[in-house]
Amino acid sequence: MLTIGLGHYLTVAAILFTLGIFGIFLNRKNVIVILMSIELMLLAVNINLVAFSMHLQDMVGQIFTMFVLTVAAAEAAVGLAIIVVYVRNRGSIAVEDVNLMKG
Amino acid sequence: MLANLHPDLFLALPEIFLALAAMALLMVGVYQKEEARGGILLAAVLAIVVTLLLVPYRMGDGATAFGGLYISDGFSAFLKILVLLGTALTLVMAHAYNEREGFARFEYPILILFAAVGMLMMLSANDLLSLYMGLELQSLSLYVVASIRRDSLRATEAGLKYFVLGALASGMLLYGASMIYGFTGTTNFDSLAAQLIDMNGSPPPIGIVVGIVFLLAGLAFKVSAVPFHMWTPDVYEGAPTPVTAFLSVAPKIAAIGLLLRVLMGPFEALIVQWQQIIIVVSIASMVLGALAAINQTNIKRLMAYSAIGHIGYAFVGLAAGSEAGIRGVLVYMAIYLFMNVGTFCCILCMRRKGRMTEEIADLAGIGKTNPVIALAMAIFMFSMAGIPPLAGFFGKLYVFLAAIDAELYALAIIGVLTSVVGAYYYLRIVRVMYFEEAEDGLDRAVGREVLFILGSTAAVTLLFFAYPGPLLDVAAVAASALFAG
Repeated sequence: MLTIGLGHYLTVAAILFTLGIFGIFLNRKNVIVILMSIELMLLAVNINLVAFSMHLQDMVGQIFTMFVLTVAAAEAAVGLAIIVVYVRNRGSIAVEDVNLMKG
Repeated sequence: MLANLHPDLFLALPEIFLALAAMALLMVGVYQKEEARGGILLAAVLAIVVTLLLVPYRMGDGATAFGGLYISDGFSAFLKILVLLGTALTLVMAHAYNEREGFARFEYPILILFAAVGMLMMLSANDLLSLYMGLELQSLSLYVVASIRRDSLRATEAGLKYFVLGALASGMLLYGASMIYGFTGTTNFDSLAAQLIDMNGSPPPIGIVVGIVFLLAGLAFKVSAVPFHMWTPDVYEGAPTPVTAFLSVAPKIAAIGLLLRVLMGPFEALIVQWQQIIIVVSIASMVLGALAAINQTNIKRLMAYSAIGHIGYAFVGLAAGSEAGIRGVLVYMAIYLFMNVGTFCCILCMRRKGRMTEEIADLAGIGKTNPVIALAMAIFMFSMAGIPPLAGFFGKLYVFLAAIDAELYALAIIGVLTSVVGAYYYLRIVRVMYFEEAEDGLDRAVGREVLFILGSTAAVTLLFFAYPGPLLDVAAVAASALFAG
């Protein structure tokens, strides 16, 4: 019988986090997908924190998670607001079109 | 009486006051008529000035509050004063511009105030949790401020890029924080430091090293150090000029302060691990800042690369990891504040027939047509290039001296070489201003506030060498406070 331990949780979190980063850089179509990728990264961190918290039998990790969740909600709100004003000006949500200035 | 009520609240008085002032102003702004909103910017500046006075008044010597989440010492007080000064100056600068360009929204000063609260929290963070909360409060306000010109495609694109890359940086920082928490079982800086010193030089668990790397990556993003600098030129160019001026000073100073606190506080025992990273990042930033700026035609983009280079120089002092190095960084950031605010004042003055221009070519011949602006700009450019006896020279001098003391000869030599290369593009601006044929010149009407800031920052930059004692002493006290804790 396989018991699920700290290592499994960390692996899942690492995979989700990597998926989030790749989602930001490989995605060429939709700005909203970037927002989802950012959310994925933050949730991966939450899995990490809760897993560590259980493993260490220490509450700090779970409190940290609460704060991260709150900030993630605020971040999504700000991000969506910026995307809305951007789309009004540009008329497109394709990532390829975010190219007025070449950085 | 208040002190007996709750010592924790009293210690954090500057932050609490500024946060309450920002929220009160928000209420005033919402419920007031359109015409009466002009006073909010003034009130915001006033709130910052009061906070500026509260900071030295409430300065503790390493006292912590809220269960160790918050620390108040000479180091945080020094950087808080710089941040608040930068915020106040850029707010005053923005006033005339915002009125003229028709986006004098009352949210602007309030968002800047919230960003300032976040920066103060960053500088007083003594726990990974309060570090993260401060950083996010600052970042979320800045994303909105960057795209506050919501009818401008460039500004909203800048805001979007800033948001995406900034959120990515926050995610990486958070991942690093979770690893550090998991492998040490604490997020408090004091207990982290105690645990890491207890290891007595044995190599730390790989998880902690991974955590530090992620944490550093996130913070390097916020100070726009290479290889995490990609957002800087676009955001600088796209955002309205007063916003760029603000972005280029206050958040940079706050993030550098946070980096110093994290690296010299909890992770001082791991200097072998992080020193190499800082050296590489420092060299890369200095080289990129010097080379990439050469071909720029837009002055705000040029300033972005110049900022990347300046962060590289500040990192030289951090890489030294000594008290002298930290003092060098603090002096550097103080001087950088004045030079940068002054330069952006000059950029704000770049208007032709009532329209803003941002091309370097537009500066042609203003040595004759607008002698005051040209002279001030020349002073700032010479200072940024590091030519003695201007202030910028001393900033570089102290970080390089610290690097030599720490036997980082290669780093110091590369630093000097890149500042020679960098001098080329700074001096090119001076050449354009004085030795190229004038077109019709820039608009004469500049505005009193801008002229005042321009004059005072130019005076500080020019006359720093005559009276450097106070800044150097205060910076030394601040640096020693960081090492005492």
